[in-house]
Amino acid sequence: MSRVAVLKGGKSLERQVSLRSGARVEDALARLGHEVISVDVGSDLVERIGEESPDVAFLALHGPGGEDGTVQELLEILGVPYTGSGVAACIRSMDKVLTKHLLLESGVPTPEFYAFNETAFQGLGAAGALPAMEERLDFPIVVKPASQGSALGVKFARTAADVPGALVAAFSYDTKVLLERYVRGRDLAVSVLEGAALPVVEAVPQEEHFYDFESRYEIGRTTFVCPAQLPERITARAQALAVATYDLLGCYGVARVDVMLEEETSELFVLEANVIPGMTETSLLPQAAEAAGVSFDAYVERMLELAFERAEGSKFAGI
Amino acid sequence: MRDLMAVTARPEVISLAGGLPDTSTFPPNTFADVACRVAAEACAKALQYGPTEGMRETMACIADVMRSEGTHVDVDDMVITSGGQQGIDLVTKTLIDPGDVVVAEAPTYPGAVPTFSSYQADVVQVEMDADGMRMDLLEQTLDRLEADGRRPKFIYTVPTFQNPAGVTMSLERRRRLVDIAHERELLVLEDNPYSLLRYEGESVPSLYSLDGGVYVMYLGTFSKILSPGIRIGWVVAPPPVLEKINQGKQGADLCSSTLSQMMVQAYFEEVRWSDYVDSLRQLYRKRRDTMLDALAEFFPPQAEWTRPGGGLFIWATLPDFIDTTDLLARALRDNVAFVPGEQAYLDGRGRNAMRLNFSNQDEDSIREGIRRIGKVIQEQVALYGTLTGQEQPPPARGSQEALTDSGEGGQVVSFPERRRSAGGS
Repeated sequence: MSRVAVLKGGKSLERQVSLRSGARVEDALARLGHEVISVDVGSDLVERIGEESPDVAFLALHGPGGEDGTVQELLEILGVPYTGSGVAACIRSMDKVLTKHLLLESGVPTPEFYAFNETAFQGLGAAGALPAMEERLDFPIVVKPASQGSALGVKFARTAADVPGALVAAFSYDTKVLLERYVRGRDLAVSVLEGAALPVVEAVPQEEHFYDFESRYEIGRTTFVCPAQLPERITARAQALAVATYDLLGCYGVARVDVMLEEETSELFVLEANVIPGMTETSLLPQAAEAAGVSFDAYVERMLELAFERAEGSKFAGI
Repeated sequence: MRDLMAVTARPEVISLAGGLPDTSTFPPNTFADVACRVAAEACAKALQYGPTEGMRETMACIADVMRSEGTHVDVDDMVITSGGQQGIDLVTKTLIDPGDVVVAEAPTYPGAVPTFSSYQADVVQVEMDADGMRMDLLEQTLDRLEADGRRPKFIYTVPTFQNPAGVTMSLERRRRLVDIAHERELLVLEDNPYSLLRYEGESVPSLYSLDGGVYVMYLGTFSKILSPGIRIGWVVAPPPVLEKINQGKQGADLCSSTLSQMMVQAYFEEVRWSDYVDSLRQLYRKRRDTMLDALAEFFPPQAEWTRPGGGLFIWATLPDFIDTTDLLARALRDNVAFVPGEQAYLDGRGRNAMRLNFSNQDEDSIREGIRRIGKVIQEQVALYGTLTGQEQPPPARGSQEALTDSGEGGQVVSFPERRRSAGGS
């Protein structure tokens, strides 16, 4: 039995999902016989951790602040083992632009893209390069903030006239945004647990709106199929790409990799990786784990073990 | 979206989002006296169930409130509800089968949207201008629906100091709406939480009083004139509808809190209830003026907003390339919040509009909140100018001076057209 601090909530725009993930983790920990310390992350985090001195921290935070390496760095300093990926992997996966560059370098297919910060537009006249970008990416174009975990700020530009508004929207969330070629096809999510891929989940929009990108992320307008009904070859390839992504980002324990299967070419493209996937009743990771015969409780317990293992390992590494 | 709104509740955020009254000025001694009186004089009764339709003594207080706004009501036509919101729910439950049409204003009260949606109503929204819902468009809409063989079950309206737009339906339009209801034999649901919070101008008769309670159903509440915490509202409706509402109410919660109802009674006996409303009027009038001044100072010239003569809200419309849901995410980084306009529509409109509440923050916070929102809007306007190569120099502010100087008739309202560009998040 361990004293487990469950870190959840925080200031991120994904606070609500995080609270639900955290509550579910807490229930599982209690069932497993652990002592649960519930921590809604705020300015008193370091103080709380100091007071409570937990054996380990279970991270149920989503989005910037929790998933970007910040909290991980703090826990490293405080000497508290924590679940999931380390600081570097968090930084690499939270920044979609960095992720995509790393994918490109390793030969993992990802949709063609261009990324800019606000300075490029305000100080370097990048707007002048928009037509060239638009021509290369072809419409429709997906515009998204570099570091937002959920679908917030993701826009779909159908014509050149849509692009400035979409960029303004994306810049509401981040100082860096990317314009990405739209891959029309099927939305897949492959969770990777300890370096091994779980069954593929497909997100199926209930009504097929051509180009209705946003509806795919709306609860109730999307159903999830697990395992996804795919040719064996495609499943194997999606899983291999997910594992390759997990490895090259240096993830630890778990990650969910979002993949698109292009309808026209049957090619697969990696969009991004999430190092702290949602853990609510309807989230994709628990569904995939369940399909692989790993119950939620078993998953939670294993994440704790891995946190302790890494802490042990780093002690030796430090000698 | 719901996730975004949850973040607005952080303590460090200046929230201009909620429609909360300021309860901080309610005299604690009065509260204590009222509570003691109920406990001392009617403990057992206050702790007991009450009649489903509500207590007659509380209804008498309600009749008093309605009389003060010029509306006469028979307590037999009334059901006491758990807040005005339950009134919307019960009326919708009573009248709507999945797919039935409700006609509402565009924009409409954001809190009614989930209610209508949960009963699978097909909500058709009719544009407003500075004089409230446009009757020409209403008639066109009704004709179009009739041609499709569809008959609305009711028309939902907040005619006075509308939530979210802040506008008030003119007397002429009120008369026309009542006529339309009679001509077409259509029910109207008049939601009237704010009419006593008038900061200027003459009061306008309620739809209910113009109609005499034939086709108009009326929703009232103590939330804005006493307390939202006591959760007491009421519905006035014609007998056949009222009977069904009563049945629905029985199924929902048997009765509204007896304790709360008796607190209302004791409060009405203890003090002059209208004194507190007077104090709120003074408080909110200054806050409204502060917000209007701050808007003129800090919002870019491309923005427009309403100038409400009462109530709790101002509705601001921004250039159509700004999506206020995304803007909210950005504004939250600066610890300020508002309600994105799309929450007041069921059809995706309103994306470049926002509802601003001025009742629940002090004047300094209102000014600071508007300053922060204005700064973020200015940034986005500038960025858009850079991206499109059309720098937008700040023109003279003359247009907005006119806004603040004009009376209620001079409200500038620009309700957004369906957005043509990129979709939302």
